[in-house]
This record gives sequence, structure tokens and C-alpha cells, in this order.
Amino acid sequence: MIETASLLMTMPELLLTGAGLILLMVATFGGDNSARLVGWLAVAALAVAGWSLCGLPSTGGEAFDGLYRADAFGAFAKVLIYVAAAVSIVIAPRFFATGNSGIGGAIRAEYPVLIIFATVGMGLMVSAGDMLTLYVGLELNSLAAYVLASFMRQDGRSAEAGLKYFVLGALASGILLYGISLLYGFTGSTSYTGIATAMADGLSNGELFGLVFVLAALAFKISAVPFHMWTPDVYEGAPTPVTAFFASAPKVAAMGLLVRVSMEAMGSALTSWQQIVIFVALASILFGAVAAIGQSNIKRLLAYSSINNVGFALVGLAAGTAEGVAAVMSYLAIYVVMTLGSFLCVLQMRDADGNPVEDIASLAGLSQSRKGLAAAFAIFMFSLAGIPPLMGFWAKFLVFDAAVAAGLTGLAVFGIAASVIGAFYYLKIIKTIYFDEPAGEYAPAGSTLESALIAVSAAIIVLGYLLNPLLDATSKAAAAAL
Amino acid sequence: MNAFGFPLLSLMLAVPMAGAVACLFSGASTARMIALVATLIDLALGVVLWMNFDQGMTAPQWQFQEYAPIFGRFAWAMGIDGIALLLIALTVFLMPICILASWEAIQKRVGEYMAAFLFMEVLMIGVFAAQDLFLFYIFFEAGLIPMYLIIGIWGGVNRIYASYKFFLYTLLGSVLMLIAMLWMAREAGTTDIPTLMAYNFDPHVQTWLWLAFFASFAVKMPMWPVHTWLPDAHVQAPTAGSVILAGVLLKMGGYGFIRFSLPMFPDASAEFAWLVFALSMVAVVYTSLVALVQQDMKKLIAYSSVAHMAIVTVGLFAFNQAGIEGAMMVMLGHGLVSGALFLCVGVIYDRLHTREIDRYGGLSINMPQYAILFMLFTMASVGLPGTSNFVGEFLSLMGVYEASSWVAIICTTGIILGAAYMLYLYRRICYGEQKNADAAAMPDLTMREIVMLVPIALGVLWMGIYPESFLAPMRADVQAVVARLAPAKPEGDAHLAMGTAKPVAEEHHATDHETAAGEAH
Repeated sequence: MIETASLLMTMPELLLTGAGLILLMVATFGGDNSARLVGWLAVAALAVAGWSLCGLPSTGGEAFDGLYRADAFGAFAKVLIYVAAAVSIVIAPRFFATGNSGIGGAIRAEYPVLIIFATVGMGLMVSAGDMLTLYVGLELNSLAAYVLASFMRQDGRSAEAGLKYFVLGALASGILLYGISLLYGFTGSTSYTGIATAMADGLSNGELFGLVFVLAALAFKISAVPFHMWTPDVYEGAPTPVTAFFASAPKVAAMGLLVRVSMEAMGSALTSWQQIVIFVALASILFGAVAAIGQSNIKRLLAYSSINNVGFALVGLAAGTAEGVAAVMSYLAIYVVMTLGSFLCVLQMRDADGNPVEDIASLAGLSQSRKGLAAAFAIFMFSLAGIPPLMGFWAKFLVFDAAVAAGLTGLAVFGIAASVIGAFYYLKIIKTIYFDEPAGEYAPAGSTLESALIAVSAAIIVLGYLLNPLLDATSKAAAAAL
Repeated sequence: MNAFGFPLLSLMLAVPMAGAVACLFSGASTARMIALVATLIDLALGVVLWMNFDQGMTAPQWQFQEYAPIFGRFAWAMGIDGIALLLIALTVFLMPICILASWEAIQKRVGEYMAAFLFMEVLMIGVFAAQDLFLFYIFFEAGLIPMYLIIGIWGGVNRIYASYKFFLYTLLGSVLMLIAMLWMAREAGTTDIPTLMAYNFDPHVQTWLWLAFFASFAVKMPMWPVHTWLPDAHVQAPTAGSVILAGVLLKMGGYGFIRFSLPMFPDASAEFAWLVFALSMVAVVYTSLVALVQQDMKKLIAYSSVAHMAIVTVGLFAFNQAGIEGAMMVMLGHGLVSGALFLCVGVIYDRLHTREIDRYGGLSINMPQYAILFMLFTMASVGLPGTSNFVGEFLSLMGVYEASSWVAIICTTGIILGAAYMLYLYRRICYGEQKNADAAAMPDLTMREIVMLVPIALGVLWMGIYPESFLAPMRADVQAVVARLAPAKPEGDAHLAMGTAKPVAEEHHATDHETAAGEAH
């Protein structure tokens, strides 16, 4: 009977795995012509999986003897992951279909399937209750991601991105496994509860080493400084829908994973990992801001922006309180909307022939040719810069509030002062769009679906304060589950 | 709530907001009309607000209050006292004039321009009406967005540099304030501004909190040496942008001092009064001298703004009724006068497209109406009795004389230097030979320009001749601030001298003495 309950609690993953396998068959036999059908079926599968979160998967507690946790924290993260994955699927066909003659051609039917498998992995990551579940989830996500990064096989940059991601990702996995083995060796357990019990009576040197290695590997996954170096290259090289995916869903999953491991497994060693997180947070904020200034490619710039944002989210984790966790989760929710919105805008950047362009300079004068797009772009950029009344401000507000409440006023002061540096490059994009003379013609809006998605994200960013009570309640519930 | 039973302040925010959205989707001429109508409705609502504001000494301090906890962590809390009322009145008064000033000068992207201005109006009223700490911060910060766009899109040649400088300078100042606010909300357990104004923070912590707020308000004010963004922003901004910048945005800094720094951190304010005095004295003398050598009209007026704002800060930190009332009057008067001066610059800039003083001359011959109005505003800026600035500067300096006679003496030189640079400016533009043919051929004021300038002129005279209309609404509120500051008030040097000169023996002598002291001031 316990097994049945466990199966019910893992329902979202089971559903998605089943859907992924079936869709793989459809893709194999239907060929690339079935790509759109597979895509929509995948979105439907994500919706059903998201709906299944309403029951036992968000309240059930431990499944499979603690290997898996079905709680509100996992459910909150999964909702974000599913939304991001669904958006990444629906924006793909148009990108691959048009303007990529010679380097991509039409979308391949494996694309939605790979995203589904990556999503299963991410679901396991945020719900893991054991280091080994964590590792399996992480690898499932990563392997799908490596393939996605090099999805445009004929494009040198895409292939390079995939290879780079793979080599560095494999290194990070090795570090993670090494850390897990150290933790297992010194605590005698791979489960979070077991590790937490063992650490409660003080931290031995071996445990400390294990903790550092695990944190280093996870910092790689969230692309936090100093393990960020793969991010700009992979983001630039990967096809834009894939970059949108990388910047949203896996970030949420890895941050959720990091939060859960830090709070649940290593909660008693707070003082030990807190200083690491503080350093990583400040370094990410500062480096993400400074390095972005010189970028001329919009995708590279957004890569640095994501490094910068991870730093801010980590400020909430550094607080080490339930409030901090709630702040991180709210941050991720707002971040996902802003990032997806920004990448949707990037997808609209096409020259007169319909070929995608990535130069920031090509945005010049966009406000005169495409008013709506320009306004949306400006909204996302101001929001990422953290200027009220946009939601990006509220995300930063929450993490800094948690940090101040935890007594980390110094961290809050430095972090927020560094956010001004970040504001500079977001302003640069707005300046290009609004102040500069028009550079060249842009293709007119091509897809109603994408325009609608942009409009919805922009509306959430502008009017999001009305959703605050909901966000507060859900993120608090998520934090309380840890 | 208020006598009407409906949220008047929210309505004052909603009207321009709706107008802004409508402007975004309108053509040029429709957008102009929408903007004008929306700002005029807000002006009418502002009049209603003032008429229904209870000025009696027994009236509640906070009126027109609204409260709706719809944002979770903070609330939509609105409400005004006399100080806020006057600044809101200034805002709604200047806005239709700004729209008129842009009527012909702005020809490209009119819809977006008008939307930016209306959005700006929403935020400015919001800043003065907000009663929740974080709601205030959101309004305060959000003002950067429309102003950045106004300077950057419709500004002069070097607009991009100016817009960046404006944005980043003010942002850096404000973010530290946010951290201080977060700490305060934690400590006091509330985000309600009236409650926080009565909360006693630990004096040691006050020091840090005061500095964080000072970083924001000093930049916004702007105080020397963080004033350098202002001349750039003013010079590059379109005329109406300069008017709103000088007229209202700078007042947010002064409002912040009155609303936050003084009542919330009285001990730290007393502790740092020397710093404010020192910076203000430097500002008065230095920026006045800089203004004297400017070749660019807008730059000259911008530097004069810094000097006037320094009179505001010394008045505020005098810790007495006269000083704070004077500071408020300078803010209001300067809002009208500097706005009007920028409009006067705009009028001739629209004709000749240069701000260089040497390109003009002898305008009183071909533009007599213009010369008369310009003369009035010049005199008001100098602080001639009978104009608005005289009342404010006199009260402010009188207040600070009680606190420190040296500060008063040095700051008073600002009035003399002010007369020097303003009269010198006026002479070069309106008097002398008509050395430039194109300047001599400029036509006099149009009807639209007269409609813009005359209301301000009447306001300036009203404030100068019967200041009681403006002092009455804020008297009780300023008294409350002074009472709050009283325990921390530093010993002023003026009192010391009096005390030793005439020791008080009996009660009726004491009364005599106080009267004498009052007259001596």
C-alpha cells in the first residue's frame, strides 16, 4: 500500500515520463512532420502534470522511504518549471522554421521530447529527498540539455555550445559525486534527513569538504560566480528557444535543489555554508553586472544578466531563514516571467529578410518601427534592473528584506549598491531602443502566439503587485514545507 | 476617508493614469488634448482638495485618508497633511502649464511624450500622498523611468549622457534608503508613515538610518557636492521637463527631509545639522559664483536652483517653526519661480533655438510683454519683497539665525549673489543693444505663452503679498515637527548670547525680554 501512495505522490513525474516515451514513439514514426503535433501534445502533458500537482504530489510528504519528497516547495518550483518548459516548446517551431536556411531547417520532432525528459529530471531535482535521487534527476536534466544546446547541428556555435556545456557539466557532475561520496563516507547516509542528523552534532572536516564540493557543483548548475564561465558561451551558441529554456526552468530547478539541500540536509551547518553563499552571491551580482557592460550580443548580455540575478536570489538563501526561502521562491517566480519575456522579445529580433539577429545595435530605433515590442522590451529591462513599480523591484525587495531580517545588513547594502551597476547595461538597451536613430528595418510581428505571450508577461510584470497576496501565501507555504 | 465619502486622492492618481494610457494609443493632436484635459481635471480636483482641507488647529493632522491592504507586505495607504497638500497643489498647478509649454515645441512622438508626463504626475502626487513607507518608495523611485525617457528621447544634443547621469545618480542614492526602510519596518513592525514618525529609534541606529536617507534626499535635493547631475539634466531636458524637474522633483528631497529625516531621526538630525549647514553654505556661495559665469541660460538657472535649495536645507535644520515654514515657502516659491524662468527660457529658445545668452539682447524692445513677465520672475528669484521667494527666504534665514548666526550670515550672501547673477542675466537678455538681428526680429508672446506665464505670475504675487494662505494649512503640521524635534534640538548661538546679556529676574520681565528678543530677530 505504501508503494501505491508513493506512486501517487510522484504522479507528475510518472505522467511526464509516460508522455515522453509515447511522444518519442510518435516522433520516431511520424518523422519531423509530426513536430508540431508532438509539441502541442507535450504542452498538454505539462498541463496535466501541473494539474496533478493539486492533489497528493504537493501534500503527500515522503515517498519511497524518503527518496522523494512530495511537498509544497517542490510543487511551487514545478509549476514554474512546467510553465517555462511549455513556453520553450511553443516558441520553438517558428524559430527553427524561418530564416535559418542552411543551419537548422524545420524543427525536429525530438525537441519537445527532450524538453519533457529534462523536465522530468528537474521535477526530481526539486523533489529529491536523497543525494542519489538528486544526482539522477540532475543527470537526466543535464543530458537532455546537452543535446538541446547543440540542437542546430550544422551551426558551429551551437555545436560548440553543446560540447562546452557537456565537458564542463561532466566536470561539475564529477565534483558533485565526489562531494556526495564524502558526505556519505562521513555521515553514513545519503538521505537528507540522515545527513542532517549526522551534522547536528557539529561539522567534521570530512563533512565540511563534502559540503563544499556539493555546493561548488550546484553553483555550477545555477551558473553562479566563480563557476559561471560556461554560461555566456552556451547561451549565445544555443538556439534562442533553448536559451530561453536554459535561463528559466533549469535555473529554477537548480536553485530549488540548492535551497532544499542547504536548508534540509545541511540546515544545522548554516554558519558554514552561509559564508560561501554570501561570497558567491556578491561575486555573482558584481561580476554579472560588470561583465555585461561590454557585451554587444543580446543573448550574451542576458546570460550575464542571469548570473547577476542568481546572485540576488542567493541573497535570500544566505539569510538561511524560512522567510529567506520564501523570498528566493518568489524571486524565481518573478525572474522566470521576466526572463521568458525578454527572450520572447529577442525572438522577435529579425531583420527585413526574417533572419534572426542578436546584435544589440540592431535594436536601434525599435520604438519607432515596433512600438509594442519596444515597450515590452523596455518593461522587461527596467524590471530586470529592479526599478519600481515593476515586479523586478519586488523580487529584489523580498530577498533584501529577508537578508536584513536575518541581520545581514552589510550584505544587503553591498548587494543593492551593486545593483546600480547592473542598471547601467539594462539602461543601455533601453537607450538603444528609444533614444537612437532607427538602424534598419525589422520584420513585422510574425506570430500572434508570441505577441500574446509577450503581452501576458508584460502585464504580469506591470500589474503583478496585485498578485502579491497570492505570491506571499504560496511562497510561504513552500518555505514552510522545508 | 473624507467628507465626500470617496477616495479623492486615488481619483487624482487615476485621472492622469487613465490619460497616460489613452495618450499612448492616440495621435498627436488628440494626445495633446487628452493630456490638457486630464491635467486640468486634476487641477480642479486639487482645488476641491484644498477647499475641503480642514485648516483649523483642532483638525486631525492626517486627512483624506485611504487604506486598502491589497499588496500583501504593504498597503495602498494615502493621506495628506498640510505640507503634502501644498506640494500636491504645486504639482497639479504646474502640470497643465507643462503640457501647454510642450504644445508646439514637441512634434515627434507626442503620444508617448504626453503619456510620460501624465505618468510623472501620477507618481509625483503619489509621493506626496503616500502614507505607507514602501508605497512612498515605489512612487519615489518610479519617477526615474518617465524622466529618463523624457530627457533621453526629447532632450538636447547631449541628452544620453544627461539621462544616464540623472538615472544612475538618483538610483544609487535611493537604494541605500530602501535598505534603511527595510530595517525600520522590521524594527517598528509597521510600514505606516505616521506611526513611524512617532517611533523612537535607538539614537545609535538613527545615525546610520539618517545617513541612508540623506544619501537619497541629498542627491534628489540636490545638495553640493552631489548636485552635478542637475545642470546636465536641466540643460538637456525639454522645457517642460526642466519645469517639472525644478518645480516638483527637487521638492521631493525637501519633502523627504520634513517627512522622514527630521521626525523619524531627531537625534541624528541634530547630530548632523553641522554637516547640512556646512554643505549648504558651500552650495550657496559656490553655486552662486558658478551661476555668475554661465553662458547657458538653463545652466545658470539650474545652478541658482542648487543655491535656493541650500536655503531650504538650512531652514529645515534650524529646528524651529520659522525655519521649517520658511523652507516650505522657499520650496513652493522656487517651484513657481524656477518653473517660470525655465518657461521664459523656453519661450525664446523656441524662437531662436539657442540657449546661449550672448545670442540675445535688447529683447525689451521687441518683446515688451515678455520682458515684463521675465522681470517679475527675475525679481522673485532674487527675493524682492512682495514676491513669493522673499517670504520663504526671510523666514528661513530668520530661523537659521536663531540656530547659528554664522550660517545665516553666509547664506544671506546667497541673496546678494543671487541678485547679481539674475540681474546680470536679465540685463544681457532684455536690455542693451539689439546686437543680433535674428533675436531682434522675434515676435512677442503668443496667447498660449501668456496663458502659461500669467497664472504663475499671479501665484508668485499672491504668495508674496498674502503668504498666510499658504502658511495656514501647514502651521499645525510644522508645529508637530518642531515639537517632535524639541528634545533633540541643539543649543543655538543666538539664544546663548541673549541669555547672558539680560538675566531674567521676574516674570513680567521675562515676557518683555521675549518680546524684545522676537523683535531683535
